[in-house]
Amino acid sequence: MPDYTLRLRRYNPESGEAPHYEDFQVELEGHRSVLEAILKVKGDQDGSIGVRCSCRAAICGSCGVRTNGKPGLACHTHLDEAAKNSKDGENVIVVEPMGNMPVIKDLIVDMEEVHWKKIRRVTPWLVGKQPVPEREYIVPHENMVDVTQTMACIQCGACVSDCMTMEMDPLFIGPAALAKAYRFVGDPRDADTKERLADLAEDPHGIYDCTHCFQCIEACPKGVAPMSQIMRLRRRAGSDFGLDDRNNGHRHEMAFVKNIKKNGLLHEADLLPDSYGGKFHPRAVPELLSSLPVVLRALKTGKVTPKKALLHEHKAPKEVKKIFEIIESRPQRNEYNLYISGNEDDIAGEAVGGESLGSGAATATVEAPVAEVAAPEAPVAEAAAPEAPVEEAVVETVEVVEETPAPEAAAEPAVEEAPEADTPADGEPTEGDAQ
Amino acid sequence: MKVAYWPGCVSRGFTPELHGAMEAVAPLLDLELMEIDRASCCGAGVIAEHNQELADTLNARTFALAQQTGESLMMNICSTCQGAQSECQERLDASGDYRDDINATLEAEGLAYEKGLVTNKNFLWLLVEEIGLENLKKKVKKPLTGLKVGPFYGCYIVRPTDRLGIDDENPRDQYMQWVIEALGGEVIDYAGVYKCCGFPIITMNKEASLKMAGTHLSDAQDADADCLVVPCPLCHLNLDLQQPMAAGQIGRSDLNMPVLHLPQLVGLALGLDNKALGLNKHVVKPTSVIDWSTAVVGSTAESGW
Repeated sequence: MPDYTLRLRRYNPESGEAPHYEDFQVELEGHRSVLEAILKVKGDQDGSIGVRCSCRAAICGSCGVRTNGKPGLACHTHLDEAAKNSKDGENVIVVEPMGNMPVIKDLIVDMEEVHWKKIRRVTPWLVGKQPVPEREYIVPHENMVDVTQTMACIQCGACVSDCMTMEMDPLFIGPAALAKAYRFVGDPRDADTKERLADLAEDPHGIYDCTHCFQCIEACPKGVAPMSQIMRLRRRAGSDFGLDDRNNGHRHEMAFVKNIKKNGLLHEADLLPDSYGGKFHPRAVPELLSSLPVVLRALKTGKVTPKKALLHEHKAPKEVKKIFEIIESRPQRNEYNLYISGNEDDIAGEAVGGESLGSGAATATVEAPVAEVAAPEAPVAEAAAPEAPVEEAVVETVEVVEETPAPEAAAEPAVEEAPEADTPADGEPTEGDAQ
Repeated sequence: MKVAYWPGCVSRGFTPELHGAMEAVAPLLDLELMEIDRASCCGAGVIAEHNQELADTLNARTFALAQQTGESLMMNICSTCQGAQSECQERLDASGDYRDDINATLEAEGLAYEKGLVTNKNFLWLLVEEIGLENLKKKVKKPLTGLKVGPFYGCYIVRPTDRLGIDDENPRDQYMQWVIEALGGEVIDYAGVYKCCGFPIITMNKEASLKMAGTHLSDAQDADADCLVVPCPLCHLNLDLQQPMAAGQIGRSDLNMPVLHLPQLVGLALGLDNKALGLNKHVVKPTSVIDWSTAVVGSTAESGW
């Protein structure tokens, strides 16, 4: 059996000692988990090791740690896999508490300020559309499949641990809470979609504070892809509701889009003032003044020569512009969602002929498929009906303006009922609904 | 080797020295660059956050233009292009029906994206996987002996690992270290190697953005690096162009960390001079690198390099 060196970061604030690393030798098969190694050491060698854990099966989300620098669940990390990333020598596994959160003892961190408060901050419950229907809300099936991705969150904090924006700006709402926010923004039963989005866009530490580093996507042990959810919140806020926020988030996005539409390539000189609302926007003046030294520095070094660098000509501006015009004139914004529809190569083995999207997609990608109750006559065309052919169904259509009529008018095709295991229940605040 | 070459926007805009350096280095690596200059901006993630179909269509067009060159390999010199284009390509390749929808928009121009014809690789990947480190070593005229180089990957070229094809077989998150060593330099490990430069939020949260840049530069300086090397011009903007402001943000007046583009570092080792590589165009003068290069010319001539 391989012999691993478990290098634990120890810290006990009551002892008065500084944090330090302590080595333990442990003999275990490589396919056993890091958590098992920690518990073995705790049982056999040093009972004072502080670690939080419960289910040991990647469901409860208690044992978030950093293993050889990577955030994740100790119970979900194999020893041999962890050892591959070792920087400290063969079979050395360094286990540290998660980052961005204060350490209570050894591997246990205090998640209250950085995680739980943020979760509560995004109103993590359903604000049902009124009047509440007598029986169930009737919603498009794929919308519910869509939000299962964020329901898979088990609140382990792995994404919070290594969020690069939070490292610099601890007030950032953060990946876990924003993913939770999308769980309700994406829920067609919710009445406060616009209010939620406006709130998240206006917060100086909200959706536009994410630096797009993909770290949370990489960290999440449950495939929640928090950053992708943040980008969808931005699309909903900016493109669908046209919310102009005080953080220049939407203005920057629009300036960028306009810039490429006009030029084909990015013209940096226009981008900056436009991001602040145009050269004459009151917001632009102080920002441009403060960035003046940068531009002067660039000019001084010969980096920016007005002609070549700022006005680089593009050879196909018309063709590019045409693409913008075609797509922007669509009545609906098309969004291809890999989570819902999966990769056709992966599905090909399972799918039969003209199988409906709903079940095909769910079998391919969703761990706990939301029960599908097919409504035989799908009356509305926009949302893909269960019977719809695959090509229509894989493209998730998003309505441009979300002030849809009350859903109980039997306007939507599929009934969201989920009678089996895990119903996304109204008002259930924080727990992962699906596993 | 012929490749379809996509230089991106920033390499011809605010960091023209990058495109220039790449053009200077290519012949020394026997690379023939077939520039696809009719292609448009990749969207840098911003267009995708505005309208995903738009970003997918623009990049499908870029791939279709690359197909027209007849080469199966497309090279970029910008991590952000790599990341944004890989993301779009993943969606385009996932569904034939979606591809058809996108191609319907491109039809007016007589273009169509076909799955499997074009592989898009950053210059870094191409160096290791196509040119090969042994081959690269043979071309080194002026090894970077004693030069301490800190790799700065940024985000788009290392995450998410599955989309970018990073695994045991292709540990693409180690390539910069390998290349630095192959060129004869010394790799400096510091906290910021895989962190974000902060550029994407510079207009939304300048303070956090500059703190990111300042912190990583500062860590590299404390780890005794002579310079950093980046595969992404957007990282270069925040780390070099904004460095004086980043220094102010973290309150460190002695911050002085030259940042090189990857083709510049390669060019130095292949014997190109500083000016041809545009090293004079940086905001933070790469004095340590230039001093090193003048010092090494004499000694290497004697030692037979």
